[in-house]
Amino acid sequence: MKSFITILLLLLTLSFGVRASEELKLQEANIDLADKASLLRGAEHFVAYCLGCHSAKHMRYLRIALDTGADEKTVLKDIAPEGASIYDQLHSAMNKHDAEKWFGTQPPDLSLIARSRGADWLYTYLKSYYIDPRSPTGVDNTVFEDTAMPNPLWQLQGEQHAEIRKTIWGEYTKLVLDEPGALSEREFDTFVNDMVNFLVYVGEPVQLERQRIGKYVIFFLLMFLVIAYLLKKEYWKDVH
Amino acid sequence: MKPSRLSECGNWVLDRFPLTKFWNEHMAHYYAPKNFNFFYFFGSLALLVLVIQIITGILLTMNYKPDAKLAFDSVEYIMRDVPWGWLVRYMHSTGASAFFIVIYLHMFRGLIYGSFKHPRELIWIFGMLLFVALMAEAFMGYLLPWGQMSYWGAQVIISLFSAIPVIGEELSLWIRGDYVVADATLNRFFAFHVIAVPLVLIMLVFMHIVALHEVGSNNPDGIEIKESKDPWGHPVDGIPFHPYYTVKDIVGVAVFLLFFATVIFYMPEMGGYFLEHANFIPADPMKTPEHIAPVWYFTPFYSILRAIPDKFAGVIAMGASIFVLFLLPWLDRCKVKSIRYRGGIFKKALLLFVVSFFGLGYLGTQPVTPTATIFARIFTAIYFGFFMLMPIYTRWEKTKPVPKTLTKLHSLEEQLHTLEEQLPALLDEITELKPMAAEIGHPAFKSSFFTRRPNTEGMRNVISRLAKKLKGSLD
Repeated sequence: MKSFITILLLLLTLSFGVRASEELKLQEANIDLADKASLLRGAEHFVAYCLGCHSAKHMRYLRIALDTGADEKTVLKDIAPEGASIYDQLHSAMNKHDAEKWFGTQPPDLSLIARSRGADWLYTYLKSYYIDPRSPTGVDNTVFEDTAMPNPLWQLQGEQHAEIRKTIWGEYTKLVLDEPGALSEREFDTFVNDMVNFLVYVGEPVQLERQRIGKYVIFFLLMFLVIAYLLKKEYWKDVH
Repeated sequence: MKPSRLSECGNWVLDRFPLTKFWNEHMAHYYAPKNFNFFYFFGSLALLVLVIQIITGILLTMNYKPDAKLAFDSVEYIMRDVPWGWLVRYMHSTGASAFFIVIYLHMFRGLIYGSFKHPRELIWIFGMLLFVALMAEAFMGYLLPWGQMSYWGAQVIISLFSAIPVIGEELSLWIRGDYVVADATLNRFFAFHVIAVPLVLIMLVFMHIVALHEVGSNNPDGIEIKESKDPWGHPVDGIPFHPYYTVKDIVGVAVFLLFFATVIFYMPEMGGYFLEHANFIPADPMKTPEHIAPVWYFTPFYSILRAIPDKFAGVIAMGASIFVLFLLPWLDRCKVKSIRYRGGIFKKALLLFVVSFFGLGYLGTQPVTPTATIFARIFTAIYFGFFMLMPIYTRWEKTKPVPKTLTKLHSLEEQLHTLEEQLPALLDEITELKPMAAEIGHPAFKSSFFTRRPNTEGMRNVISRLAKKLKGSLD
């Protein structure tokens, strides 16, 4: 009987190793929502490079100003597109009909993209475009194969091509930079990181606030626990 | 003394409403076993979570829109633009998972201490009905955010009904109100989630507690406290629920809220288990996600469904895996309730069951692979084996003797015996030995005769000790 149980427990641990597919190795994004300058830079990049096609309709310019402590006028001047009001949401100028004609699908709203995909995925995705002449947009992506999105950052990053390398552990794809872009590799990493940082913030603008409040709530509950425990001990003294 | 206006007002109500009677019957004079342990917190915690869910749910309905076009955006509106909306929403979403954690532990308690056995079968049945209603509540609530997982999860589960022969297709169409999950489905699920099922839940909770208070609580030793009573008719192993268990449950509440708050403020998604990542993408009927997984609390049953090769047989097996729990009071033939006094075979069977339940739960979150299916089948077999073989293996059980009471009672002889031992010492204390006065006795006997005289100081000591003891017994 005992050995049967041991086998079963072994089965249980083994079953935790049962996975359908090996996961792609993602690069780690350095997310720091307290870094307001990074958020503002990210917002600026987002409006400049993404908002043309993608909206972030659950976010308002005013909220960016409030959360980063930036001046409303600065946000309007540096971040928001021409003619936007501070109360506006981050809407895209491209309409659905055109989008479907040009890309075959409407580019998704990015308000929650960081929550569904994760920061590391976005960071790696934006860095993993390579030249592929067979693709209609001329590029493909190692993280998201057959992506309909052209590479919006190619002028900054430069052009990469994919090389398949073989090792004793198997094959992997290596992206090699052919032509450097306007930014150095390090500058480009920071650029993408700021953008992803902003997207993580947009995914849940209240994150920092909730972590701040959480400390007080947990402190209160700890005090409450101590008092509740002492009260219980006092009452239960005479129960044997 | 003339009663104050306020107490007069209170008395006016009490004369017309049996509040005092109710309070005494269910709290102050309701005797609960004194040996409740960790597992006994989860009943009151389940009630707490129910209240949290109802209050946060009401607040959420104030801004939520049950409309396929607006639902997803209205949830994000609550998360961003409604003051404290994020907190209310996270409390509700975390509360759903917390509810199942609490309920699973509450059910496990019943399983290990035999709380489902005679005379508490009906409490178990009400509890199981509650569990089924809770699953319905959670399933319908999960559709409301209208994310990809909400949508496709509902699509998969409702399509299960179409596996039923003859009426299946019509039935699933009737449930959805459309050929696919759509606005009609969302609207009716909203109605069920916010009104119909909560009413059923509250009714069942009421009946669960009424039935419990009729027969009294079980305890970790599985003895019936009502069978041994003291001269005043109170169970010797019982203590009034109020204040003993009210103050104890408050400690449980504090610990629970600590965990609850930690999740809400620091990990509301719980790594994709409480809020699934794919549910942050709005529902799209044209795009099926690669991997559809229900929320963690349904995964053991979902695994059983997937383990069976035939769809209809799978549906039957999943239904049976829940239905078999209803039969538990009649499947277990062992007279002994608590695991503390039960035989090794039950303990081993229970361990196998727990392992298979966790195994099934884990596999349900993972995509299907041939190896995973083999594992799921083994675990499904163990799950059903635990229940179906129970009438056989519980008969052989070599149980240990169950004590009659928890409190050691002193018989009258024993008490008299101790009194006999203490009496001379007491006598020495309250009296004083003095040599007999010389003038009375003969000089020859001088100093060999003693007389006892009351000792005021000793008496004072004894009386004050007695008073202290008396006061202590009254406290």
